[in-house]
Amino acid sequence: MKPKLTIAVSGLNAIDSPGPGIPVIRALKESEKYDIRIVGLSYEALEPGLYMRDLVAVSYQIPLPAAGQQMLFDRLAWIHQQEKLDFIIPNFDAELFHFIKLEKRLKSELGISMCLPSESQFEARQKAQLHAFGKAHGIKVPKDSLVLKPADIAKLREDFSYPLVIKGKYYEASIVYNEEQALSAYYKISAKWGLPIIAQEYVKGSEVNVTALGDGQGNTIGAVPMRKLYITDKGKAWAGITLDDDNLLDMTRKLIAATQWKGGLELEIIRTEDEEYYLLEINPRFPAWVYLAQGAGQNHPEALVAIGLGEKVAPFTDYQVGKLFVRYSWDMIVDLQDFQKISTTGIL
Amino acid sequence: MVLKKNLALSETGFLFNPGNGDSFSLNPIALEVVEMLKAGKDEAAIHAALLTAYAVDADTLEKDLYDFLNRLRQYKLLHEA
Repeated sequence: MKPKLTIAVSGLNAIDSPGPGIPVIRALKESEKYDIRIVGLSYEALEPGLYMRDLVAVSYQIPLPAAGQQMLFDRLAWIHQQEKLDFIIPNFDAELFHFIKLEKRLKSELGISMCLPSESQFEARQKAQLHAFGKAHGIKVPKDSLVLKPADIAKLREDFSYPLVIKGKYYEASIVYNEEQALSAYYKISAKWGLPIIAQEYVKGSEVNVTALGDGQGNTIGAVPMRKLYITDKGKAWAGITLDDDNLLDMTRKLIAATQWKGGLELEIIRTEDEEYYLLEINPRFPAWVYLAQGAGQNHPEALVAIGLGEKVAPFTDYQVGKLFVRYSWDMIVDLQDFQKISTTGIL
Repeated sequence: MVLKKNLALSETGFLFNPGNGDSFSLNPIALEVVEMLKAGKDEAAIHAALLTAYAVDADTLEKDLYDFLNRLRQYKLLHEA
C-alpha cells in the first residue's frame, strides 16, 4: 500500500498564462510512490483549479504576498488544523520568497515539509543578477541593465543597440526596436509588476526550455528539455516537444552542481544559429508544462516530494524524446453556490 | 555528406529532428532520397538510382537533387563528413 500524503499546492490558475499548479497536481495524482490528496491554495475566486474537484479535494484562499509572512503563516497554520498537511508546493514566483522564509517554521512548528531553494539561491538567479550569475558559473547570459526610472531608458544607448528585451521583475517581456517602444514597455510592465525593469540584449535564435530538479547537494535528479511548437501572444507554450540535446542537459547539470540548487526550476535558453546557448532566465519553480516531464517518463513533482521528505532519490536516467504536449481550453460549468462559497468563506 | 544522427523518419515521410524539435513532411521522392542518405549512399549513387527509377533527364535530376540536398543542409539535417 502506498503511503498517504496531503499536499497543498498553489498556482491553480490554469488560464491562458497558466500557473504550474494543475500540471504539478496531475503528476502527483499519477504518483506510483504515494497516495496523494490535494489541498488547493488560491488567491482568486476564479482560478480554474478550484473547481477541478477530481484533482483538488478542497481549496483555501491564502493572503496575497503583500500581506506579509505572519499572515501567511497564520493562514497556513489554520489550514493545517483542518487538513493535516504533510507538504506544500508553492508555484508562484511572487510568493516563493515568503515560503522560503517560512520553511523552517513550517517544519518545526507544524511539521510541514517543503523542497525549496535557499534564500541565497533564490536571490542569485533573480533576473537583475543573472548576468553576474552566468559570469560566475561560466554560462553565457545576454548582457543586461537595470532600469529604475524612465530617464534610464535613454542611457541604454550608451551600452546597447536595439532591438532589446524589456522585462518585468517577475513576469512579462517585450522585444522593443527603439527608445519609444522601450519607454512604452517600461510603463506597461512596471505598472503591473513594479520596479526594477530589466533591459536585456536581444539574442536571435530559437527558444528552448528545460524543466529540472536539484536535490540541494549538487545532483540533478531530473531534467527534460522542450521546444515550444505553438506560442500564444503572451509568449506561453501552447504545444511543445521534448528534445534530445546533450548541450542543454550539460548546462542544466553544470548550473545545478554550481548552485547546489534545491527544488524545481525552469531554464529559459536561446540557441543561436551557430549552436551557442544563452541562458535567459532561471525560474525558481516548475514550469506550467512540467506535466510533459511526467508524460516523457520523469515525474519531477513526485521526486520533489521525496526529496523534501528527506528520502534518498536516485536521478532519472532517461526520458522519451519527441513526446508532445498540446494544451487546450475547456469550459467547466460551475454552480453559483461554489463561486459564492470560495468568494465569501475562502474555502471550497 | 552525412545525415544527422538520430533523425526519426516514418514510412509516410514524416521527418523529426530530436535535437531541435523541427519536423518536416517529405514527398515520396524526398523520402526515397533521405532513406538512401540514411543507408550511407553518396550524391552520385543517389543520382544514379533515381535516374534508373524515374523518367527524368540527368541534368534536371542533378539540379533538383542539388537543391534538395542544399535544403537539407540549410535545415542542419545534412553535414559534411
